[in-house]
Amino acid sequence: MSKQSDTAASAEPFTTVIGLEVHVQLLTQTKLFCGCSTKFGAPPNTQVCPTCLGLPGSLPVMNRRAFELAVRAALALNCQIAGFTKWDRKNYFYPDLPKGYQISQYDLPFSSDGWLEVVDPKGAFSRKVGIIRVHLEEDAGKSMHDEAAGTGDTRIDLNRAGTPLCEIVSQPDLRSPQEARAWLNELKLLLVYLGVSDCNMQEGSLRVDANVNLHIPLASEGRVAKTPIVEIKNMNSFRSVERALTYEAARQWEEWQATKVEMGKMPKQTRGWDDPAGITRPQRQKEESSDYRYFPEPDLVPVTVSEADVAAAKAAMGTPPTVLRTELESRWAISAYDADVLVNQGRDLVDYFEDLARRVGEGKVASNWMQQDVLRTLNERGGTIAEFPVRPEHVADIIGRVQKGDFDTSRGREIFAEVLSSSKAVADVVAAMGIAAVSDDDLVALCRELIEANPKIVADVKGGKEQAAAGLIGQAKKKNPNANPGKVRQMCLDLIKGM
Amino acid sequence: MALTRQDVAKVGLLARLALSGDDVDRMTGELSKIVGFVSQLEELDTADVAPLAHPLDSQNVFRADEPTPSLSTAAALQSSPRHDDSCFLVPAVLGETGAA
Amino acid sequence: MQPLELSATDIVTAIRRGELSAVQVAEAFLDRIAKANGSINAFLHVDRDGALARAADIDARRKAGKPLGALAGLPVAVKDALCTIDQPTTCASKMLAGYRPPYDAHVVTRLREADAVLVGKTNMDEFAMGGSNENSAFGAVHNPWDLSRAPGGSSGGSAACVAADMAPVAIGSDTGGSIRQPAGLCGITGLKPTYGRISRRGLVAFASSLDQIGPMTRSAADCALLMETIAGHDPGDSTSIPGDVPAYTSLLDKPLTGLRIGRVAEHFGPGLDPEVAHGVEEAFAAFKAAGATIHDVELPHAKYGIATYYLVAPCEASSNLARYDGAHYGHRAEPGKGHRAESGKGSASDFGAFESPLVEMYCRSRAEGFGPEVKRRIMLGTYALSAGYYDAFYAKALRVRRLIRQDYLDAFQQVDLIGGPVSPTPAFKLGEKTSDPLAMYLVDMYTVGTNLAGIGGISFPCGFTKGGLPIGFQLQGPALSEPLLLRAADRYQQLTDWHRRRPTLAT
Ligand SMILES: [Mg+2]
Ligand SMILES: [Zn+2]
Repeated sequence: MSKQSDTAASAEPFTTVIGLEVHVQLLTQTKLFCGCSTKFGAPPNTQVCPTCLGLPGSLPVMNRRAFELAVRAALALNCQIAGFTKWDRKNYFYPDLPKGYQISQYDLPFSSDGWLEVVDPKGAFSRKVGIIRVHLEEDAGKSMHDEAAGTGDTRIDLNRAGTPLCEIVSQPDLRSPQEARAWLNELKLLLVYLGVSDCNMQEGSLRVDANVNLHIPLASEGRVAKTPIVEIKNMNSFRSVERALTYEAARQWEEWQATKVEMGKMPKQTRGWDDPAGITRPQRQKEESSDYRYFPEPDLVPVTVSEADVAAAKAAMGTPPTVLRTELESRWAISAYDADVLVNQGRDLVDYFEDLARRVGEGKVASNWMQQDVLRTLNERGGTIAEFPVRPEHVADIIGRVQKGDFDTSRGREIFAEVLSSSKAVADVVAAMGIAAVSDDDLVALCRELIEANPKIVADVKGGKEQAAAGLIGQAKKKNPNANPGKVRQMCLDLIKGM
Repeated sequence: MALTRQDVAKVGLLARLALSGDDVDRMTGELSKIVGFVSQLEELDTADVAPLAHPLDSQNVFRADEPTPSLSTAAALQSSPRHDDSCFLVPAVLGETGAA
Repeated sequence: MQPLELSATDIVTAIRRGELSAVQVAEAFLDRIAKANGSINAFLHVDRDGALARAADIDARRKAGKPLGALAGLPVAVKDALCTIDQPTTCASKMLAGYRPPYDAHVVTRLREADAVLVGKTNMDEFAMGGSNENSAFGAVHNPWDLSRAPGGSSGGSAACVAADMAPVAIGSDTGGSIRQPAGLCGITGLKPTYGRISRRGLVAFASSLDQIGPMTRSAADCALLMETIAGHDPGDSTSIPGDVPAYTSLLDKPLTGLRIGRVAEHFGPGLDPEVAHGVEEAFAAFKAAGATIHDVELPHAKYGIATYYLVAPCEASSNLARYDGAHYGHRAEPGKGHRAESGKGSASDFGAFESPLVEMYCRSRAEGFGPEVKRRIMLGTYALSAGYYDAFYAKALRVRRLIRQDYLDAFQQVDLIGGPVSPTPAFKLGEKTSDPLAMYLVDMYTVGTNLAGIGGISFPCGFTKGGLPIGFQLQGPALSEPLLLRAADRYQQLTDWHRRRPTLAT
């Protein structure tokens, strides 16, 4: 790996050490242990049944699809898949957890020991982050507190209770808030590519907690001091994660300077990120809160995963982003940067690009049009590439006419915009705009006319100042807007040379 | 093997059971007796015996990812001690810290 | 034809033939309940109107020539641990007083589909925790053979109602002996099937890896009849055994020649009442006379059964009963005046304040809703699973559980079934053991092994004490040996008439 050093690019007197714990909702139709829908946004307590309400006598039955998706995610994260895995109960009381325990995995998660690498396309860092484990568990419901009311009731909606979650726990391998954010982006991209999750943070389908502390080299003592680990919760965007970690690193540095308290000298602290205030605040910890009394879930049977299951999951996986980036680079001879931009937009956009590139027969041009026209307008308009009205065949048609010399690129852009707004065919737009290809005879006549009318420019060109020809092109455009400026320039130069 | 009053009070909190001082006294005695009794298992050498959490040997029981009907909200809330026809209502999760 | 005297099989036949109407049968049992339940307290809820309406519907369908289910018109009493959509389900706990589930237990659905008539919900030890039925929040059940005595537990209401002719059959559940022991103490027949043979869905969980539903009837033949309806795979219970279910009733009528029955010497050790020992030995003799052979077998770890059980079951129960916290259903304590009422904070010297109104609600709701035995087991289980104790208690118990199961597997290499007493004493006096929880736990000493190993067991009367109390005999068999257990018990009942005796009730 190119730059995998503990000091990264920072000039700070410490290294920020970060591990992430990510929960993603799996893209299933139904919950992990019952047939209730997982659709987001339904009115409270309309997607509940005896099982996810934790009613007396209710029992869980495992969703096969959830398990398959989780295995797919674990494989894409380079994890070892356990041949035998089981379910455990994590016991704690909370009103969004109606059974009084969460069905989770404790000592035998279905996968462990993976990694996911993130490479900054601008070369600022490259980091292979270890993954301790990926396990499956059920989500809790939603508690809605009216903070203002203070002592008022808390409202409980159990629609989300029992939704399948994949918990992904990283090693503390990240070395800066920027890396953490980039890694999360890469993780999200991967999971979306795999069809494992939509990773929509607004809807809570991806949630992140971060563990962070500082490693401070003490040159005089010849050792590295470590500050107590703090767990940060409540971050609702990747930007918040970066900001919270930046804040927390600075706070720990200040605290270290004031107290010199090291890891192990105080219990692990949990702090919540207050986004508007831009600070982390300590969260109250119940003294018994970590005593979850895990034990094997007796209402479920274990799961064994065979080699064939793993092979099937691999087959269903598709091409992950990292592989796709290098594939695009070599297949279409585009830069790593371009490949990164395209791949980061998601599978559908890459499909669009490759369709276009095949039609155009050249990757670089297609990539330029993708980035400068398609992506830009898509970002302005919103919506998805699948709904984008200008299809690859339209763009290819425009590019083809530009390459043939019917008109130049900027004229092509105008046509692109017109196709987009009018939904007409390219040929119709070209006709409607009065863009007829200028014949070579007409072009020669036009150039002769210009040369005659501009002896000064001709003299300059003859004197070696070829750039003076630009003056002719401006005039040509006025006389005939469809004249291809490149061709006009070349033809004028040729005519002058032949004089 | 005896439990202390502290053990019993701690377990009472873990189990979310309010215990009066008398309750703790009584339970300390009773639980110590029972724990003493079950501690007879110590006399067995089980170092080479794998735990058996469940009598069944079956594995891989799944259901298809197909929706089944949910309950109506009214049915879901029908036994709730307090609700607002849409959500379960519980006392505030957060409260003033009760340092005794 | 007097319905109260008929077997379940005869009732079903008589109704099918039109010799009795379903309404006649239902009325007979409902009237009996009205007369006897006051002194026995076997029922927590009687659905007279519902039962009669159902019976009338069955009669109408029969007259119209429409097909009827296998149990058409048979009154069935159901332990109050099974969810019923049209009747309260309380588990005999104040915690669930008046609770109405929005769904039926799988077994209840099967009974309804078979056109059985659910007459009511039977009393039990609270959350099935107990061996005497004295732990019911709604009063103890009285043994029909002697009203001053306990019927056993936890399915004491189911056992007593069958013994007292208030229902021809009942459904019970057995976690450590809760079908077999009360059946033994009340002189009826109770089958604890193999773990997973009957779906647990809708059975309010006590200890999930041990719980199993079963029939409680007057005879093994009636158990077989009920099993044909209630046993079988349920995709809604992950621990339910897949595959077809034998036609139990058609497998009964075979001689016992060559049947090998094991006898465990330790079952006849200290603590066994001499009259019970005598009755059990007589039963062995009767089996021998019927063609079986009796062999000494060993269950070397059986003596650790109670200790193992009283770790495994409370650990699972402490988790299964966490859902009763007043938040979504069940009893919720009224808000206190400030939260300094009782306890909640982890200091032994001063149980000061609760850390939040929510924690106060939890702690007080559970303290008010659960009875002492349930609290004791929740505390024990919570302790045994808590940080620092898991290995010494829970994990240790699971290792011994494997040894206990292995003992059975080894024994069943030598014999087909194992016989012995179901309970060390006949029915004991109400109140006799309530002050000593540990003494009460020992009543399960012969039965818990079956649950720990996940195998089957049946209990049936094999005699009476001089004082007129029933003595129970237990047969245990390997997993899915129900056909053999039922056949052996049925054969015995063909040759004896202990199971036909009825208590005389002063009503
Ligand atoms: Mg988790
Ligand atoms: Zn559900």
